[in-house]
Order: sequence, then C-alpha cells, then structure tokens
Amino acid sequence: MKALLLTGRSLKQGIGKEVGKVTEKYKESVAMCEIHPKDVEELGIKDGENVSITTKFGSVVVKSVSSQNIAEPGIIFIPYGPYASMLVDYDTCSTGMPTLKGIVAEVKPAPSERILDVKELVKYLGR
Amino acid sequence: MVIVQNIVCPICGCACDDIEATVEGNKIVKVKNSCSISASKFLNFWKERNLSSLIRKNGELAPTSLEEAVEKTAEILVNAEYPLVYGFALSGCEAQAVGVELAEEIGGVIDNQTVTCHGPSALGLHDVGMPGCTLGEVRHRADLIVYWGSNFQEAHPRHLARYSALSEGRFRKGRKDRKVVVIDVRKTPSARVADLFIPIAPGQDYELMSALRMALNNDEIEEESVAGLPVDKIEELAEMLRSCQFGILFYGLGLTMSRGKERNIDQAVSLVCDLNKWTKFVIMPMRGHYNVTGMNEVTAWQTGYPYAVDFSHGYPWYNPGETTSIDILRRGECDAALIVASDPLAHFPKEVGQNLCKIPFAVIDPHMSMTALAADVVMPCAFTGIEAEGSAYRMDTVPLPLKKVIESPPGILSDEELVGMILKRVKSKRRR
Repeated sequence: MKALLLTGRSLKQGIGKEVGKVTEKYKESVAMCEIHPKDVEELGIKDGENVSITTKFGSVVVKSVSSQNIAEPGIIFIPYGPYASMLVDYDTCSTGMPTLKGIVAEVKPAPSERILDVKELVKYLGR
Repeated sequence: MVIVQNIVCPICGCACDDIEATVEGNKIVKVKNSCSISASKFLNFWKERNLSSLIRKNGELAPTSLEEAVEKTAEILVNAEYPLVYGFALSGCEAQAVGVELAEEIGGVIDNQTVTCHGPSALGLHDVGMPGCTLGEVRHRADLIVYWGSNFQEAHPRHLARYSALSEGRFRKGRKDRKVVVIDVRKTPSARVADLFIPIAPGQDYELMSALRMALNNDEIEEESVAGLPVDKIEELAEMLRSCQFGILFYGLGLTMSRGKERNIDQAVSLVCDLNKWTKFVIMPMRGHYNVTGMNEVTAWQTGYPYAVDFSHGYPWYNPGETTSIDILRRGECDAALIVASDPLAHFPKEVGQNLCKIPFAVIDPHMSMTALAADVVMPCAFTGIEAEGSAYRMDTVPLPLKKVIESPPGILSDEELVGMILKRVKSKRRR
C-alpha cells in the first residue's frame, strides 16, 4: 500500500525518552506506525501486527497501530526516533533542514519480521 | 523530607516554572504541577543511567577514567581538520557558552538541534522578521489562538493551560474568553480541544497561507478549494482572523519540516503582518527542547549567528545549507565530533548517521543513547535543571534560572564542567 509518511512527537515518545533511550519503554513508543483504520483493513492485518515501511531512503519494521489520529486513509505516522530516521529524506535543499514529513512510502504486512532494537540499529549504521 | 518549589522544568520550550518536587534522601519521590513527560523525567531520570566514562577499545565500549576520556576527546578534536561540536539544547546557557568557545578554539563548527526543528524559522526571520510577544502577553490578551502544524497536547502538554486558552490572564479570564483554531494534517489530541479544527492536505500549508492572504486582501481565489479547504471556508477563516482583538499564531514543525520549509515561515510571518492591517496579531514558534532557544541566544551573542556557525576560516561564518551539521555530515566533510546532550543518531536521517559513524566522536550525556552506544568516548554528566544549576530561555526568549534540586552522583560533573575540562586540555595541546 502506498502512503505518505509523517513524523512527529507523541506523548508516549516523550515519556519513553525520559525513562531512557535504550529501554524497552522507549522502543515501544517509537517503533510503531499509526495507520488509518481503513488502511489497516486494506492491508489485511490485525491491529498491532508488524509492518515494513519502505521509502526511497530506507526500510524498517515497526508495529502497526490503528489510529483515529490519522485524518484520512493514505497517511501514516511514525514518532521521531531511530525508526523514523531510517526512512526520512536527507536532502536539505540547501536550507540545513532535512525533509521529515510528507515522504512517499510503501507499507507491507510483515507479521513474521522482527523489530530491531537500538543496539542492532547502531550496528546497521556502521558501529 | 524537603519540598523544593518553583523549579523550572527541563523538558520542553514551555519551561514551566512552577514544578514542585518532594526530596527524600537525595531522591525525588514526588512531583507536583508537572505534565506526564516532566513527571517521567523527574521520577525516572536516575534509572538506566551510566555512571562511568567509557572509551572504545577493540570495537567495544569499556569503562575508563574521566581523565582518560577527556584526554582522548581533546586528542580527537585537536587532530581533526574540520570538527563538529553539536547539541546543547538540553544544557544550560553557561555550558553552551563554553561549547561555542571550544568550537572557536578548534576551528570547527558549532551547531545545535535547531537544525532539525526550527532552523527554517531562523531563515524566515532573517527574511521578513517576526512580530512576537511574550507568553505573558498571550495569557493576558489573546482572544484568538491559532496552532498551525503543532500537536501541543503531546509535545508541550501544559502550553494550553499555562500560556494560552485555559490560562487566566488580566483581560482574558479563561477558555470562554478565547477561541482556539487548530490547523493540521492529522486529527491529533490537540485538534480535539479546538473550537475549530481545519484538516489540510500534507505539504500544502504554503498554498493555504497564500489563499488566506488573498482572502484578507479581497483578492479572488481562482480555485474551488486550496489544500483541501473550500474557498468559502478559507474566507470564513480569514474573517475570523482579522476580527479578533489580539491573535497569536503558534506554529510547529508541521511548517518547518514540510515541503516549503523556510518559505512556509516567510509566508506565515507575512500572513501575520497582513493581519496587523486590521488587528493586533503576533506569531511564535513552538520550540521543542527546553533550552534550544537559549542555544540560539548564546550562539548569537558570541558569534552573531543563531546556529550552524563555522570557525574554520578563523572568524564566524554562517551559511545554512553549507555550514549546517546535517549537510556537513552528509557530504562527509566533517572528520570528528563532540556531541553534547543530544542524540543525533536517533534523529538525523540514516545517511547522515552513517557518516557520523565513520568518524571519531565523543558524547557527553547523562543517559546512554543510540549516539552514546556508537561513540568512541562517553562521558556521563549531571542532569542540568535537576542536579546542576544554570539558565534557560523559554520559547518566547524569556530567561529563567534552572535549579539544582538534588546532588549528582559522586564524580558526576555538569556538562559545563566537562566541556570546560576538554577546552582546557585542547588549549594545552595546541600550545605545544
């Protein structure tokens, strides 16, 4: 399913980062993707099942969350953090600011794929 | 048991200064007046904490002495040709000032989290200025409050209660005296507390602001709808904006991070300037980290520029797009870094993070983070605003004092002290 990816703050992410950024609570708050209920149906997944999100810039597996916060089908939301950062556009168009909202993405069911933890993401980045 | 009152909250740009903490045996056991994020920090900050300096040996981080960590950091920075000093939005102004001095000493770049939040606001401000006010004025006078691209209920949970719609001011007594409009691409919890929620199509904020300006200036909009909003609704909104007595446009990262970036801010400020033909209207960015505004102020005092300042020429040079940390790292120009109170690996785009992982870098942070896990040197520090004093600038550029509520663990210094130690060591090495 094609979708437009938005990233941003969430209350759970704010609370989670203060508990600790390598904790399970933080991971749970950021390794997730809010999807419109109609899109959850279209994907044929159960709420909470893992999905893979792929953009021109990268791919990541996160947990799906059916959400009324999404105003209309075709829009998805991932909180700021290590998972959203795998997918966003590095090009600042000479402004210094990367594009972190409004990125074209492909969403697929990934019930058997695992969500990487922060230490695994560090290795993926090259350390 | 001791009750410490009037603590300035070290979380978001609201910098609420009424937090009350109950301290028992150097531990905070209860907080009052805090939002859920603030409470999470005051009650949990000591958990999952790293209390030892770490240094990378044979590919793994291993405990080391603070002296060795400082020595290694100084060596990394002195040996670099184009180092980056990044972060400080969760530090006090005093640490920030030392950070700027360090960047100048090593001929590097000093940059901060503005680069991935309100950098475009600074650029918009350079272009067209910014008619602003303090949050106190909003509380006393605002009868129309517009939040555009801001999910304040989740990012600034007490903003509505302390500074805007729910606050009791001198001339506006509370919610019944004010209207709240939320304009956003998502129906967030913030949209649900608004009198009017206007959902718009993603990436079309610029178009909607242009249409609003046209409606205000009685120009014909030759479309049936703009950004998903029918023209008659745009005209109704324009009328609502110009007929208030004191309006404020609070805007968030929905404008700065989306297509258009600094041009969105330029257009938002221009809209507010147009509105001042009819009424009093002001604009304010919803700043995220509690002292990112302070970092802009301190960097501007010392260099003339608010962020992304390059000292490699021997004098301050500022050119966002060239001297911004995202671009420097993306192009692979930077060859070492010191990261203070920040987690860029978790928040920079992947390609930028991968390039940071290719160079030696040190981290000063009270917590372990994704960036600390990847660092060559890690130095734990005290939590400013809880374990160390300092100063911070609220989102409306009002400076406030940060309190020391409890003692930091033995041997854990403030980030100001640690950056100062690195600076001293760097100076000593450069004189040899």
